[in-house]
Amino acid sequence: MESRYNKRLDGRGFEETRPIIARAGVINKADGSAMFRIGRTTAYAAVYGPRELHPKHLQDPKKGVLRCNYNMMPFSAEERVRPGPSRRSREISMVTEKALLPVVNLEDYPNAVVDVFIELIETDAGSRCAGICAASIALADAGIIMKDMVAAVSTGVIDHRIVIDLDGEEEHLADLDVADIPIAMIPSTEEITLLQMDGKASKEELFRAIEMVKPVLKRIAEVQRKALKEKYKG
Amino acid sequence: MNMGNDKLLVKDKDVVVPGEVLAQGMNYLPGQGTYRYNDKIIANRLGLLTIEGKVLKTMPLAGRYLPKKNDIIIGRVIDILISGWKLDINSAYPAVLPLKDATFGYIAKGADLTKYFELDDYVVVKITNVTSQNLVDVTCKGQGLHKLKGGRIIKVNTHKVPRIIGKKGSMVSLIKKATGCKIIVGQNGTTWISGEPEMEVVTVNAIKMIEEQAHKSGLTDKVKSYLEKATGKKIEVRIKE
Repeated sequence: MESRYNKRLDGRGFEETRPIIARAGVINKADGSAMFRIGRTTAYAAVYGPRELHPKHLQDPKKGVLRCNYNMMPFSAEERVRPGPSRRSREISMVTEKALLPVVNLEDYPNAVVDVFIELIETDAGSRCAGICAASIALADAGIIMKDMVAAVSTGVIDHRIVIDLDGEEEHLADLDVADIPIAMIPSTEEITLLQMDGKASKEELFRAIEMVKPVLKRIAEVQRKALKEKYKG
Repeated sequence: MNMGNDKLLVKDKDVVVPGEVLAQGMNYLPGQGTYRYNDKIIANRLGLLTIEGKVLKTMPLAGRYLPKKNDIIIGRVIDILISGWKLDINSAYPAVLPLKDATFGYIAKGADLTKYFELDDYVVVKITNVTSQNLVDVTCKGQGLHKLKGGRIIKVNTHKVPRIIGKKGSMVSLIKKATGCKIIVGQNGTTWISGEPEMEVVTVNAIKMIEEQAHKSGLTDKVKSYLEKATGKKIEVRIKE
């Protein structure tokens, strides 16, 4: 189908992400930490643990528990974000946890918890994906056993055209149909661990989007690994 | 499997990260910190790679202390129970020091346990048992196991402890000799230093330096020259073979 969206607002290629900066070990007090910046979306993640889990009834004697917390800073968006948990932040915390759980191995830590705190200091679309990328670097930095990194990026369908990594402006295009599809993947096995969709897209478009995003996610995973190695260089 | 295409993609002593492909082909074997996926060997934690013949394994660079039997560690008393003391050992789990393993003497039933170990006391203990659920038992009976008085406590990364101690304790005795401080390094990374105040500071700096540069070689010389500069004395090192 012909698309009316033939040129991106910021001049990027359709399969091109915004510039990415990733760093590991940015918070001294945490057991592991990371910063992940994509365009004007910046996420910081701090990992604490494994440590004792309280309240006790949440403990699992078979394996450790992963607990994620997504939070947007009050000044992170155009409009002030009310501090404290909201319906939206609780949903994102939950999907983040489910996106990361397939890679981490917490069998050595029964009854314990690994806490992941994700703080967004600046948001311009794709914040949950930036959060997942940061959390995954931070978990590795904390020495948690994980079979691979998790890379995530939001994919979009703008008037039947598949576009990688929507920014805020594209997400809010008024005169065209926009679908926002955040996707997280385990690069080595190509398993999808997060797939959400907000907006309208056909089945074929969704499948095409998933195929198109795979090489992009593999590139992002390389950036994540480089950030970890950078910490131990020189 | 195609045995002809075996390939090693990394070097010995490389820092490897989760998901990194280390080798291709069935000729290599996955060791600790790695796993096999089809014909690839992939790292599953952040670590320093060591290649032993065909076996690839990684030494962890980060993470909490995992309690191991017979390790000597330093714990902090965080709670007093009916039957002993609970110690924070810088791990995911607390350790329990039972009454019968606390002293050589007899502790009467109902005695005031704070007489032996008070909250926030630091104690050098040995791990006697670790269960599958990571319940940790420790003892304070044995050579060199005691309550710590005076001095200062610093925390270092538990995976850098072998480097701080050095081969047969060479590194730690170098620091001891240069500064005249008493040093106890627990396997869990908690370290006790006692001596002249200025020398304690020099010791702390030397240990921090080792911790930061643990993955580099030629460390003993660097530490030695730092200590000589800081103390203003020449150190004679006898190399024991």
